[in-house]
Formats: sequence, structure tokens, C-alpha cells
Amino acid sequence: MLLLKNISKRFGGVVAVDGVDLDVAAGEVHALIGPNGAGKTTLIGQISGSLPTDSGEIRFLGKSIAGLPQHDRVKAGLARSYQITSIFRRFSVLDNVALAVQARSGSSFSFWRPVAKETGLFEEAFSILQEIGLENKKGHISSTLAHGEQRALEVGLALATQPKLLLLDEPTAGMGPEESQRMIALIQRLINRPESRVTVLLVEHDMDAVFRLADRISVMVSGRLIATDFPEKIRMNEEVRKAYLGDEVAA
Amino acid sequence: MKKIAVLIALACLFPLAMHAMGQYFYIGFATRVLIYAMAAASLNLVLGYGGMVSFGHAAFFGAGAYIVGILAVEGVSSVWIAWPAAIAVAALAALIIGALSLRTRGVYFIMITLAFAQMMYYVFVSMKAYGGDDGLSLPTRSTPGFGIDLRNDFVWYYLVLALLAAVLYLLHRLLHARFGRVIGAIQENETRATAIGYPVYGYKLLCFVISGAIAGLAGALIANHTGYVSPSLLHWIQSGTLMIMVILGGVGRFWGGPVGAAVLLTLEEVFSGSPLLGDYALHWQLPVGVILLLVVLFAPQGIAGLVKKKSAFA
Amino acid sequence: MTGILFLEQSLNGLQFGLMLFLLAAGLTLVFGIMDMINLAHGSLYMIGAYLMASFVQATGSFWLALPLALVATALVGAALEVTLLRKLYERDHLTQVLATFALILITNEVVRLVWGPQSIMLNAPAGLTGPVELPGGMRYASYRLAIIAVGAAVAVLLYFLVTKTRVGMLVRAGASNREMATAMGVNIQRLFTAVFALGAALCALAGAMLGPIFAVQVGMGESILILAFVVIVIGGIGSIRGAFVGALLVGLVDTMGRALLPIAFAKMFSPQVASNLGPALSSILIYVLMAAVLVFRPQGLFPARG
Repeated sequence: MLLLKNISKRFGGVVAVDGVDLDVAAGEVHALIGPNGAGKTTLIGQISGSLPTDSGEIRFLGKSIAGLPQHDRVKAGLARSYQITSIFRRFSVLDNVALAVQARSGSSFSFWRPVAKETGLFEEAFSILQEIGLENKKGHISSTLAHGEQRALEVGLALATQPKLLLLDEPTAGMGPEESQRMIALIQRLINRPESRVTVLLVEHDMDAVFRLADRISVMVSGRLIATDFPEKIRMNEEVRKAYLGDEVAA
Repeated sequence: MKKIAVLIALACLFPLAMHAMGQYFYIGFATRVLIYAMAAASLNLVLGYGGMVSFGHAAFFGAGAYIVGILAVEGVSSVWIAWPAAIAVAALAALIIGALSLRTRGVYFIMITLAFAQMMYYVFVSMKAYGGDDGLSLPTRSTPGFGIDLRNDFVWYYLVLALLAAVLYLLHRLLHARFGRVIGAIQENETRATAIGYPVYGYKLLCFVISGAIAGLAGALIANHTGYVSPSLLHWIQSGTLMIMVILGGVGRFWGGPVGAAVLLTLEEVFSGSPLLGDYALHWQLPVGVILLLVVLFAPQGIAGLVKKKSAFA
Repeated sequence: MTGILFLEQSLNGLQFGLMLFLLAAGLTLVFGIMDMINLAHGSLYMIGAYLMASFVQATGSFWLALPLALVATALVGAALEVTLLRKLYERDHLTQVLATFALILITNEVVRLVWGPQSIMLNAPAGLTGPVELPGGMRYASYRLAIIAVGAAVAVLLYFLVTKTRVGMLVRAGASNREMATAMGVNIQRLFTAVFALGAALCALAGAMLGPIFAVQVGMGESILILAFVVIVIGGIGSIRGAFVGALLVGLVDTMGRALLPIAFAKMFSPQVASNLGPALSSILIYVLMAAVLVFRPQGLFPARG
């Protein structure tokens, strides 16, 4: 579904991403792990279109998306969530998701008809809230939500765009063990949806989440991709253990 | 809803009350307030709701005024030609300036809008054929036909009031429609708005153009009201004045523009002590500056903010 | 004939550019270090000119009045910073714009109250009122040469201050990374006040020196302020070098454009067109320049921040 060839990005003298080749197969959950500063978020930025890439090719569903601006990539089915929660804080939970639904359902260059009358929009938004478990908080202003709930909304916003490929950037960031379990369960529900299977590229530090969710794992260190393989193989990969996993491979 | 009905009723009765008291000057003053209310409301759209700190808004206001002035001097004084022309030219200017400026952000955006406004100011200053620095007197007020004489202060007042009401109503619909929501979302979190699929640049530009067009209409009205246009209408100090109105009234609050215009012009009237007769080089007094400073420092939500608690946008 | 005109206008442009640099330097430092847009910067320029005129009247001597005006304006600047502007550092740009705009209104009125609404006289010092003969036979106002000399001297001094002294290093560190500078233990508050006072003194110098050429009147600050902003946008916010290059560029383009463009137009177009188009185009020349720089180098020519 997604194919990256020789992707690079430098910031001044710093090479953040160095010749990365990566592929994400349709329907899989592909985890991207690596130490802090490895370049994972930069790579996500390049895939989603918020960062221009210095060199290399990105193909999504067979077509090159190199010159495509971010909002067009979203329309094509490529959506991301953010590591640092980026929601519409002064809007209610329902309105947050409704905004994402609105973006893909007809033109928003509409100046007369009040949005409040568009019940279809809000019904769809509500069903997404049910998927992410926030249906009881639909009227709450999103800035008043607990951290874990905000992270769920974070994912929900990306989900509401009906993506074919979901880029999740550390969805469990800043979460305690209980909240993390809930997030993992949420993601599991998403990928096991009968109607539309979502492909996921998951950046994570939480190894529990990674090994429970991932079909394949890629490892990035210092801007380079050093391994891509099935989880058990990665666990036993010498180079990966040296560079990153170390004691983190608990059980 | 009831509050608005009361407001409209008061506004309609005002000139009649003034007539009864023999205080005709205040009818003209009130008309001026209504016109600046429209201009300030247009700025509030782009500044308060769109989050774009445009320091060149006076350019659209002044351009609209000049179009009416130039056409009037050239013999075209029909409302049906001059006013749409003013709106169209202001909208076009906003399209060009917005298209270029919105490629920048932050302080650069402020500076570049300011620079463009100054450019337009100098263009009009250099038009010696139309008064240049000294400005241009209009031979007559615009004529709408149908036997309506806009030189009558009462008729003029009610027409301006009707137009202001129409503009405010349209703005209200716009803000609650899809477009308004997107603009609010963009102001709240532009990055995420892009990330959920909105072409942010296009929305901001359209908001900018709509705001410019309304300012152009207000400009057409001020030209008619004072019978005189001068380049100082486009000066960045005038942009600052409009900004003061918006901040005084409440940035991003629906009534911020009108309230701010009313308050500022009333303050000016009170402090300067003399009747204003189309004085473009507004003679600001010390207290106005002090009040503005205090409001900015201590009541950033403006006067409308003190009155009503801010509810979630949606 | 045109050769002399060209040379004369380039010297005028150089002179104007150097004075613009004085304003732009203070403005860019305040903006770069404190991240504050200060519209009242032009008011300090105006206050400097007015104070200078008063001191000249009191002491009878231009050169005696000058340091007095600089110190007095620096004190005014420091007082403003400590009492009022300090509160704006943490606020957003819009708030800063409006607050300092209010300050413009207030200072304009205060000046009007103290000195009256008419513009006041400030004369060039005796001894510099006449022209000087330059190599090549051209005559040029000696006072304007003095301005060039003073401007260049201050530019060199500022360069040394910023690049070679410890204080200058702190200022540059602050311009590129405020948090780092604080973490390094610099007394940020006092540094800010000092920077602001320095900026005010530079404004006063420009105001005092340009006073005899332009009129000393209320509102003089606004017209030059916008030019100063154009300079720092072109030069790059926070960069003294950028302010220098930008100021010279703007000074030369503006002065020479205004003088030479109408002449060029008169040769190319009908007098009708030339008399309308010439002045219009020359006025907007620097804004076109700024727009062009922003398109190709949005951070300015020498951005201080990474």
C-alpha cells in the first residue's frame, strides 16, 4: 500500500532521515520503533506531507504522492495522528470529529445553511465516538478531557477521515499502564473492524503495544532503517538488540 | 433573539428621537457609527474569527471609498453601478494582497499586509487627477433612483442601518455555516485542520476576500456620508484605528466590531468636544490611547467579553 | 549633469540609509531578543528629535545638546521598558501591536501638549551649514556629510559592540535563543532594559541628526517607522548585519528611486504619464523590494534565528 524508496531529510547539518526504504502491505499493522531522535516522527511527517522530502520516492496505492500537499494526501486516504496531542481544544468532542467528517463530505464553501442542521454529519461523528469509546463525552469541551481521552480523540480525528492508511505517532504517549491498555484495545478494535480494514503504520515506544499489535516491525536508528521483519525475528535480531531493545525485551 | 429586536427597534427610533429633540447632528454621527461598525465587523471576521492579523485593512475601506469618489467625479453616481464597483475593486485588492500575504505567517504577515496597504495609499496619493494628497470632494451622494433622495439625513440613516443589518445577518449565517466552522477550526489549530483534509490556504484567502469586500462597501458608504475621500483613509493609522475598534469591542465576538466602533467614536466625540464633520485625520486624544492601553493589558476580550461569557464556538 | 545628480542622490541615499540603520538596529534587537513588535519605536525617534531641539535652545550648542538628548531619550526608553513594555513580552503579537499603537497615540498627544502642535525648528550646527567641495568638483552639503560620518562611526561601534564584546555576545545569544541565554545565567531583565535603552538612544541620534533635514513634528515617527520595519523584514529579524544591509538598500533604493525614476519616466513616457506614474512607482519601490525578498528569502537576507 505504501512504498518508500531512499527517503532522506536533512535539517541544516543534521541528517534526520537517511535513505530509508520501507513498505507497508495492505491490511497489516506495521510498527516503527527506535530510540528517541531516530527520525521516526520526521519520517511520519514526510509520509503525511507536512514535511517536504529532500530525496527519494513515496508511492501510495501505486501512485507517487511526492508533490501532493498534505490535505490532498488525506483525501487520498492517508491520515495521521500526532505524538503531541493536536486537537481543536475549544470545540466539543463531537464537534472535533464532526469537523473531520465534514472535510470529506461535500464542499465546505457553504455560507448559508447552519451546520447544526446537518444531522447526518453528527450521526457519523457520533458513531466514530462510539468506536473510540468517547460517546459519553460528546458534549464536553475537548480541552477538559483527561489525557488518555484526548489521545483517543487524537486517533478518532484521524479515523474520521476514513483513511486507508493510518499513521499513528505514539498513540500511547504519556499514558500510564491502564490507559495504555485501553488504547491498545482501541487500536485492536479498529484493525479488526469487519467493514473496512484499516492499514496502520504505528510508531511506538511501548513494547507491549508493539508486540501485541504488530504484524511486522521496522527498526530505525539514527535516521537509518536497520531491520524489517516479523516480531519474533526482530526480538532475536542481534543488531536490533544492541542498538535499541536491550533490556526492553522483557517477556 | 429578543435582544436583537430591541436593538433594531432602538436603532430605528433613534433618528426620530433626535428629530424630536432638535439634535440633528447626532443623526449624522449615528450614521457614521453604523458605517464604521460595518468596517470593524469586516475586520473582526478576518482578525477575530480567522486569526489573521491584517494591518492593512484600511486599504480595502479606502479603495471602496475612492471608487465611489472617482466614479462620482466622472459623472457616474448611480448606486447600482458605483457601490458594486466599490465592492468588486475592494474584493479584487483583497484577493491579490491576500494571495501574496497568506504565503507568510506571523509577524511577516502583519508586515506584508501593512506594506501592501501603504503601497495602495501611495498609489492614491499620486493620483493627482483625483486630488492626490488633498483628497477628492464628491459632487453628490450616490443616486439609487426610484425617487429616493439620499441627501436626506433620515433616508440615508435608514439605508445605512438596513445595509449594516443585512451584512451582520449574512455574517451570522456565514459563521454558523460550514465555512464559518472551518475558519474557526483553522484559527484554533491550523496544523490539524490541514491534517484532516482542509486546504487551509484557500479558506483563509476566501475569508480575507469576503472581509475586504465588506470593507469596500463600508468605504463606499463613508465616501457618500462625508462627501469627501482622501488617501488618509488607506493609511496604516486608519488600519490601526479599525483594529482598536475591534479590540475594544471584543476580538472574535460577534458584536465586537459594532460595539467597538460605537464606543471609540463616542469616546472620540466626547473627548474632542467638537462636532465631527468628516474629519479623516482623526484627532486622537490622550485618554483614548490610555483607555486602549488599559483594555489591551487588562481586558483582552474587550468590552463585549466583559458582558458575556465566551461559549464554545460551535 | 546626470553623473553629478547620480552621485548626489547616492550620497543622500547613503545618508538616509545610515540613519535608517540606527532605527532598524534598535528595532531588530528588540524584536529578535524580546520577540516584541514595538510600534512605538518611531515615537522614541520623535521624542529624541524634540528633546534635541529643546536642548539646543537651552544650551545654544548643537554638539552639547546631542549627548544630552541621547541620554534623556535612553532614560525615557528605559522607563517605558520597566513600567510598561516588560508586560508585553509574554503576550501575543496582536496585543503588542495594539498596546504599542496606543503608546503612539499617547506620546503624540503628550508631545503636542508639551511642545504645541506646530512643527519646531532644529537647525544644523553652525559650521556645517554650508556646502563642501568634493573631489571631482561636486558640491555637497557639509551637514549631510557629517551625518554620513556619524552614521558610519556608530555602525562600526555597534559592530564591535555586538561581535567583539562580552555584552554583544550575550545580545547575540539572546537573539538566537532566549531560553539558552537565560539558562546560561544571564540577567535577562537587565539585559532587556539595556538593549531597549540602547535602541532608544540610537533612535534619538537619528532623530536629532535628521531633524534639520526633515521637519520636527508630531507624526514624524510613524512615517519612518514603517521604513524601519521594511528594513528589518528585508534584513532578517534579529540581525544587526541584516539591519545594516537592509537599511542601506532601502535608503538607496528609496532616495534614488524618488529622484531618478521620474526623470527616467519623463524620457520614456509622455509628461502626463510620467507625472502620475513616476512618484507613485518610486513611493512603492521599497515595498516591492520587500515583497520580492519575502518571496525568495522569507526569513530575510541574514536571519539571526536558526
